[in-house]
Amino acid sequence: MAKQYETVIGLEVHVELAAKTKIFCSCSTAFGGVPNTHTCPVCTGMPGSLPVLNKQVVEYAMAVGLATNCSIHQYSKFDRKNYFYPDNPQNYQISQLYLPICYEGGVEIETAAGKKTIGIHEIHMEEDAGKLIHDEWEDCTLVDYNRSGVPLIEIVSEPDMRSAEEVIAYLDKLGLIIRYLGASDCKLQEGSMRADVNLSVREAGTEKLGTRTEMKNLNSFKAITHAIEGERIRQIELLEEGKAVIQETRRWDDNKEYSYAMRSKEDAQDYRYFPDPDLVPIIISDEWIQQIRDRQPELRTEKLVRYRKEFDIPEYDAQIITESKKLADLFEEATAICKKPKKVSNWIMGETLRLLKERGMEPEEIKVSAGNLAKLIELTEAGTINGSVAKTVFEIMFQENMDPEQYAEEKGLKTVHDEGALRTTIEAVLAENPQSAADYKGGKEKALGFLVGQTMKAMKGKANPGAVNQMLKELLQ
Amino acid sequence: MANIISDETIEYVGILAKLELSEEEKQQAKKDMGSILDYIDKLNELDTAGAEPMSHVFPVNNVFREDVVVNGDDRENMLKNAPEQKDGAYKVPKTVEN
Repeated sequence: MAKQYETVIGLEVHVELAAKTKIFCSCSTAFGGVPNTHTCPVCTGMPGSLPVLNKQVVEYAMAVGLATNCSIHQYSKFDRKNYFYPDNPQNYQISQLYLPICYEGGVEIETAAGKKTIGIHEIHMEEDAGKLIHDEWEDCTLVDYNRSGVPLIEIVSEPDMRSAEEVIAYLDKLGLIIRYLGASDCKLQEGSMRADVNLSVREAGTEKLGTRTEMKNLNSFKAITHAIEGERIRQIELLEEGKAVIQETRRWDDNKEYSYAMRSKEDAQDYRYFPDPDLVPIIISDEWIQQIRDRQPELRTEKLVRYRKEFDIPEYDAQIITESKKLADLFEEATAICKKPKKVSNWIMGETLRLLKERGMEPEEIKVSAGNLAKLIELTEAGTINGSVAKTVFEIMFQENMDPEQYAEEKGLKTVHDEGALRTTIEAVLAENPQSAADYKGGKEKALGFLVGQTMKAMKGKANPGAVNQMLKELLQ
Repeated sequence: MANIISDETIEYVGILAKLELSEEEKQQAKKDMGSILDYIDKLNELDTAGAEPMSHVFPVNNVFREDVVVNGDDRENMLKNAPEQKDGAYKVPKTVEN
């Protein structure tokens, strides 16, 4: 019988923090600037320049650490990691090796197999590197240092994951927590969240870890899943052939869907870490930790528990709404005004999600305010506008946010509650469609729908469909 | 000299530092590094039991900046430091992988 193997996976997750400035200088972190327009002597590694730590970065790192159940090293400092590469103008990256800011935490994930805690070994602060662009014309490399010095945290997990499914669940959970904290937007595709996968295999039932490889350049859940599967098979095949797995860094090629070894022996990695003498230690008081703790928003897990208690909405709706803090805030604020959680939830689950998908937008880009959404619901409930008009109005509010009542008034979209006018219109519709009237009387229920449609059209959509229905039935008796 | 630096060590340090040393320079570097280590060994003569490891020479901590953008676009000046430039970027030998 073939041997059974277990896959052991640990992740190193880099997250770009949402700070406005770089970690050690006052240059902007804005994405997509013209190359090298966000640089200064510090982030281009000029001799004699001095780094000064961004306080916001420390606070974001602490916030993420606390939200992932980590302890905080109250005495923390920076070290230099030495390596030569043009993306790194100082020839060293400022990072934290010996006393990282957060340590020993973990998050709970849920997969088809049930709940499980993934340990977090540590979280440290560091700086990002510049961007290298290959120049096709001259066969040289162009360097853009706008990203050099952008603040990152690296979240190092314990080797607690056993499958791609668990890896995805863990990344999802981290992303959700960090987005709620506002510490980063955590987008894999755009590189604000990057995951390196450390993977080894061992015979099922054995304790000793196998030799691991590290895979880089995984920028989608699909790439992560495929890379894990490919690497697992590659390592098992090596072991089955009696060969050894070599500890190495491998780069995933998304187009070719395979990974290859990145570095050769000539540039052996020896980072020669040592304390950065330009940066003084960080001492974190109990009061400071408490301040950060007090500022933490309600996180998704707690929110879900509260929704179950407070709002009568389906569990599935609660799950989807709380996946985005923006949607959750919109839901809670609109509900607080109109006191109709189910209606608010329906607008979010229906039209809002549909428009987001259709327009390829993120929830953060929604313009409609909670107040105007609540107002729209009240107008619909009161019969001031009908359901289909409400949808039309919402589509505009979604991106422009205006007062729905004023808009309906200006555009003449309010439902006409004039019974006399409705009666006259219906009589005219019946006179124009004698066949349909006869069909309905003859037992064809469907004919009524057609007559309602004709009446709504004649009323330019401003009638109350319920009232139309009722009056049609009356007049057809 | 108590500390003897091997040829392999000099070779390795040379690779890490991206230096190509002549035979003469290698011999000189071996001698220099050996005597530096001898000098450092003197510290081992001190009794440091009970002394806290020092992580910084200054008795200063928590030097922070507020998160406010102060620096503007100074590309033109910054690029004056580049050995070569092209299209507003630093031009270096081909290093992109693949």
